Amino acid sequence: MGLKTFIESWPVYRQLTGDDPLGRGSAAYSATTRNLVPRTATADRVVKSVCPYCAVGCGQNVYVQDGRVTQIEGDPDSPVSRGRLCPKGAATKQLVTSSGREHRVLYRRPHGTDWEPLDLDTAMEMIAERVLRSRRQGWQDEDEGKKVNRTLGFASLGGATLDNEENYLIKKLFTSMGAVQIENQARI
Amino acid sequence: MTRVFLDAPVLRTGLDRALRGDADPATLSGHADHPPRMGFFTDTSVCIGCKACEVACKEWNAIPEDGIALTGMSYDNTAGLGADTWRHVAFIEQRKPLAGQEPGVDHSSVNVLDMAAAGSGTAPQAAAMTPTTAGPDGAPAGTGDLRWLMASDVCKHCTHAACLDVCPTGSLVRTEFGTVIVQEDICNGCGYCIPACPYGVIDQRKDDGRAWKCTLCYDRTSVGQEPACAKACPTDSIQYGVLDELRDRAAERVERLHGQGVADARLYGHDPDDGVGGDGAFFLLLDAPEVYGLPPDPVVTTRDLPDMWRHVGLAALSLAGMVVGALVGRRG
Amino acid sequence: MPGLGTSFGRGGATTYQQDLQNSDCIVIEGSNMAECHPVGFQWVMEAKARGATVIHVDPRYTRTSALADIHVPLRVGTDIAFLGGIINHVLQNEKYFREYVVNYTNAPNILREGFQDTEDLDGVFSGFDREGRTYSTGSWQYEGAQVQAASGKRDQQYEKLQEKHSRGESAGSGGPSGAEGRPQRDETLQHPRCVFQVLKKHYARYTPEMVEQICGIPQELFLKVCRALVDNSGRDRTSEFVYAVGWTQHTVGVQYIRAAAVLQLLLGNMGRPGGGIMALRGHASIQGSTDIPTLFNILPGYIPMPHAHADEDLDSFIEGERADKGFWTEMRAYTVSLLKAWYGAAATPENDFCFGHLPRLTGSHSTYETVHAQREGTCTGYFLLGENPAVGSANAAMQRLGMANLDWLVVRDFSLIESATWWKDGPEIESGELRTEDIGTEVFFLPAAAHTEKDGSFTNTQRMLQYHHQAVEPPGDARSELWFMFHLGRIVREKLAGSTDPRDRPILDLTWDYPTKGRIAEPEAEAVLAEINGYDGEGRPLASYEQLEEDGSTACGCWIYCGVYADGINQADRRKPAKEQDWVANQWGWAWPANRRVLYNRASADPDGKPWSERKALVWWDEDSATWTGHDIPDFDAHMSPWHRPPEDATGGEALSGVDPFIMQSDGKGWLFAVAGLADGPLPTHYEPQESPFDNLLYGQQRNPARQVLPPGDHNRYHPTGSAPGSDVFPFAVTTYRLTEHHTAGGMSRGLPYLAELQPEMFCEVSPELARLRGLEHLGWATVVTARAAIEARVLVTERMTPLTVQGRTLHQVGLPYHWGGNGLTTGDAANELSHQSLDPNVHIQEVKALTCDIRPGRRPRGPARGALVREYQERAGITEQTGTEI
Repeated sequence: MGLKTFIESWPVYRQLTGDDPLGRGSAAYSATTRNLVPRTATADRVVKSVCPYCAVGCGQNVYVQDGRVTQIEGDPDSPVSRGRLCPKGAATKQLVTSSGREHRVLYRRPHGTDWEPLDLDTAMEMIAERVLRSRRQGWQDEDEGKKVNRTLGFASLGGATLDNEENYLIKKLFTSMGAVQIENQARI
Repeated sequence: MTRVFLDAPVLRTGLDRALRGDADPATLSGHADHPPRMGFFTDTSVCIGCKACEVACKEWNAIPEDGIALTGMSYDNTAGLGADTWRHVAFIEQRKPLAGQEPGVDHSSVNVLDMAAAGSGTAPQAAAMTPTTAGPDGAPAGTGDLRWLMASDVCKHCTHAACLDVCPTGSLVRTEFGTVIVQEDICNGCGYCIPACPYGVIDQRKDDGRAWKCTLCYDRTSVGQEPACAKACPTDSIQYGVLDELRDRAAERVERLHGQGVADARLYGHDPDDGVGGDGAFFLLLDAPEVYGLPPDPVVTTRDLPDMWRHVGLAALSLAGMVVGALVGRRG
Repeated sequence: MPGLGTSFGRGGATTYQQDLQNSDCIVIEGSNMAECHPVGFQWVMEAKARGATVIHVDPRYTRTSALADIHVPLRVGTDIAFLGGIINHVLQNEKYFREYVVNYTNAPNILREGFQDTEDLDGVFSGFDREGRTYSTGSWQYEGAQVQAASGKRDQQYEKLQEKHSRGESAGSGGPSGAEGRPQRDETLQHPRCVFQVLKKHYARYTPEMVEQICGIPQELFLKVCRALVDNSGRDRTSEFVYAVGWTQHTVGVQYIRAAAVLQLLLGNMGRPGGGIMALRGHASIQGSTDIPTLFNILPGYIPMPHAHADEDLDSFIEGERADKGFWTEMRAYTVSLLKAWYGAAATPENDFCFGHLPRLTGSHSTYETVHAQREGTCTGYFLLGENPAVGSANAAMQRLGMANLDWLVVRDFSLIESATWWKDGPEIESGELRTEDIGTEVFFLPAAAHTEKDGSFTNTQRMLQYHHQAVEPPGDARSELWFMFHLGRIVREKLAGSTDPRDRPILDLTWDYPTKGRIAEPEAEAVLAEINGYDGEGRPLASYEQLEEDGSTACGCWIYCGVYADGINQADRRKPAKEQDWVANQWGWAWPANRRVLYNRASADPDGKPWSERKALVWWDEDSATWTGHDIPDFDAHMSPWHRPPEDATGGEALSGVDPFIMQSDGKGWLFAVAGLADGPLPTHYEPQESPFDNLLYGQQRNPARQVLPPGDHNRYHPTGSAPGSDVFPFAVTTYRLTEHHTAGGMSRGLPYLAELQPEMFCEVSPELARLRGLEHLGWATVVTARAAIEARVLVTERMTPLTVQGRTLHQVGLPYHWGGNGLTTGDAANELSHQSLDPNVHIQEVKALTCDIRPGRRPRGPARGALVREYQERAGITEQTGTEI
């Protein structure tokens, strides 16, 4: 910083030479204050989204900088929500960036007393084996003389928080595996 | 340090008073050609107590969580404004219906006034139940009427801001929008501003000692964005805008509510002639301010300073000028 | 959903949230909208600002009540008595909208002679089989017709319809004869067996006095609500009902919604601006997860899952389930197109389009039966995909005990919810009932991607699909459900490749070749959406379900979503700003069906096609262009004139007349009387909840006779009810609910500091009177006890809870939020420890809005003493395995 700049940046100098002789406003601005820019203005991208909590379906704008979510707020364009959010919607950034989120697969072996780490690919292999085994064990060709062609060996619960496309694959795959115990919260 | 001299409360306050006239606070703070004064109008008659404002504020300003504890003060577990709470929603359970409401609730066998003697101000540990206050007229016993007031409180951004007056470091400043902000990189944690605030808003953060309060999202407003709380508010209870327009809107709203029989509706902090010269953040309340925990007649705590210290202030200014000259000379 | 579905034809909310602003009177009942849907509530506030009257009917004085003009506290579980009272008021005082009722509802239709009402049989309808606790519904049909429901238990009609349809076809007439297919009508509404007269008789005893006695609502207050509704309905004005799970979560929940449907039809409020019934759903895509169901009893688009019948093939399935009139007649096209979407080239006319690949139902396979199957050892594996039953499902201990008996459990969620960790820190570990080392369940926890980490669509509460875009990559091992299901399917198919076992054929025949992208091989969500939308033989996206064919030349994964990818454009991703559109805003997202926003909106015009009033104009018949036009997209054949009357032999959409606004209904009319589709009666009838402090004042039949009572076992004991000995051991009513600051079972809120600090602890809400009666202290602890469990909660004594006078007695009600569990930043006992598993028979939902309990000061016992306290209560109340299971 050159001397001139240094002096000009000095509040007292600004105070005495500028419009703020009392040093109660612009003259007293710190460098941080003078350079203040909201992160909503500097984001690399604004991604259009929808609130994941209740079914009002509030529009959300997700601000992304350097590959990280830096802010989530209401989308003023939405005819349903007009840019507004409730406390849960307003806490969405905390939800998706929360340190409470687990990022790794955890495994508890039968009779185990604690979690163990497990590789995702291994977990997928193990789950596929187990679902096929339960499917086989719980298979019914007939029930009381009528053809049912199904398994009662495994069940699935969940879906109301998921995307339509996800529910579609759940229903498509599990039904075709013969499962009928496919359920979620949506019992209204 | 020269700035201590220069920014001494006595000086700043004295000159402020001396120059005070028709000029608006932003002009007085050196913001030539500034935009209109901006502020909040919080219409508590449409507040649903959702606390979106509290969360949106914390998310935007990265304010730490400040205590996971049940207070028993109705649904208010925030308890008040502070260093880590810049928006606070008060909940007041009250024996008085909103106009047109017919709750049909009969509590004739309970002496609520005895049970919650001091109203919503009752210390939680002393309250025998969720504090319930009498209505403004002293609701007659057993009428079976009930209402639940909710109000989002915030820094008032006073026209005559005592916090700013007493700040010795220049941390507290007024922006071109007429709002008052704390500069976290300047604040040295002296704490003078804390007792100066007539509303008890500004507060020191325990772990760093610095003072914190609502900035009316100066970063956002400076690029034309709404403050986070106002943007989130689901029912537009919190409105951000040009203060003059908000005052007009508020006056119309009160008139309308009076027409609907809500006789208690009143504005708070809107009057430029009040003890703080009017607030940049003012409210429509449905009861007396003290019911919401607001001072009924706030007065800028530095009101009497100017006359006492005018001479001292001018002396300090000339002294500061000399010091600047000396410093520049030495550097050169 | 069958409440709305059987009444109007579709199970979705009949309107959209913004339309609330056009209402003159809004009744919010069974919903705490300001707290649970705060942003949607802005439209109620808009209506209020325009002068609408807002009424909140709720046992508790909530944040919704605080903003309402009238709050009506009522006893939990008595809404049908209240609504029935209003229906009676409307009928007795001739306040119904006669022209609307005669033309658009089934009021004039004449019922069969065999029908007997609850008035005749002291609380049951004709056709009740006491052995099986089920109704045979034949006697509920119209004279001279056999019609199918648009929703609900369509399999009820299977045998009858199959017979009818096969006879029709063998006669070669192309459809049933007039006498068989057309209900007889008496438009004077005088015929003693017409629906209108039956309705009048059914509700005649639902008087203001009766409402006061049952619900605890003073007559004057009740009549005030009646007047508000009547004064704000008719040609110039409309009223709207808003409900949520406060209505559905009862053993007679579907009938609550039916009661509102009956009332809204009588008042002429359906299909009109500011009218209708707004169903508020509580999860981002709960509507979507019924439309594309992760539910046992339906296939995408509400096509019923096939039940096991002898020699059932595709033809007999369709004939047994479809309707003769309205768009459900095309069920074959919808079903074949679904099978083509799933099984592609393998699905051919010769093999019934792989219809045999679908598993068959033999009864209920709801989540509660599944828990029992887990305890019995039939069900050995379990996927939890974003759901936390250890907190959120009724009788939480049963949920955990079921999981403790599994071979394996997969939990996919953001964090370690209670359903993932019960084996090490659940309540049964604390009480000593289970020991971690003894539990053989293998548990896989797989972290889930957030909505910001994946593409996809949610269907909101107003049937509107909105697409959200991926913003960032999911962290670590976190993956979307799309990824999980796709790759699980891929691995399973690889393992089964080459299998000749016919059981594996459906898996190998699946179309499962979705394109993937990126480092983690995430499937393209839009490719899945395109399949859901459907395509023709050349792979071109379809634009409307009317293009679907029954010959296998079209594929469509969910017929009601057909059009969401019209022209190859993701219509759910349309985001034309609200300010650049009119108030209907139909260029934002895409609503099923066919982007219509107000369902049945043909009813917004009179029989001649003119708006009932200018103030309430929505769609109308334009004579010059001979089309229906207006602000919304007409939910009607755009070119069918109001004066069109179909020929006798017409079928399907062609069989509708110009005055049939309910186009999915098999008679085109709104059903005041549900002739089919419901398990527990054609008319809503007041029954006491499974557990109630009172006898049913109206009938000898205490509870819903068809309710589903799951086995009591050791952990699901029921209370004595009404005046039965021992019921006074549980003298208080208790209801569960949500708070604004938390979400459902807490998995998405209790771990967030900003939400945890706002509602930091599990509490119960009690009135000052109850506090005094039981010695409860504000902010102290209370223990709430049922025959299932004892839980503790901090006490909030508040005037917002009020005792009611019911049948001359004082009733106290206890409020319990259900968000808490043992994990997260704010923890507490789960309210669902207390609830039982007696269910609504139509949708198998738990009754958690109306239970009985005792409440006492102090914390609950620890260790084995907790169970001992519950057993002591059971003994004191004389509870056995039979208690509460009576019809």
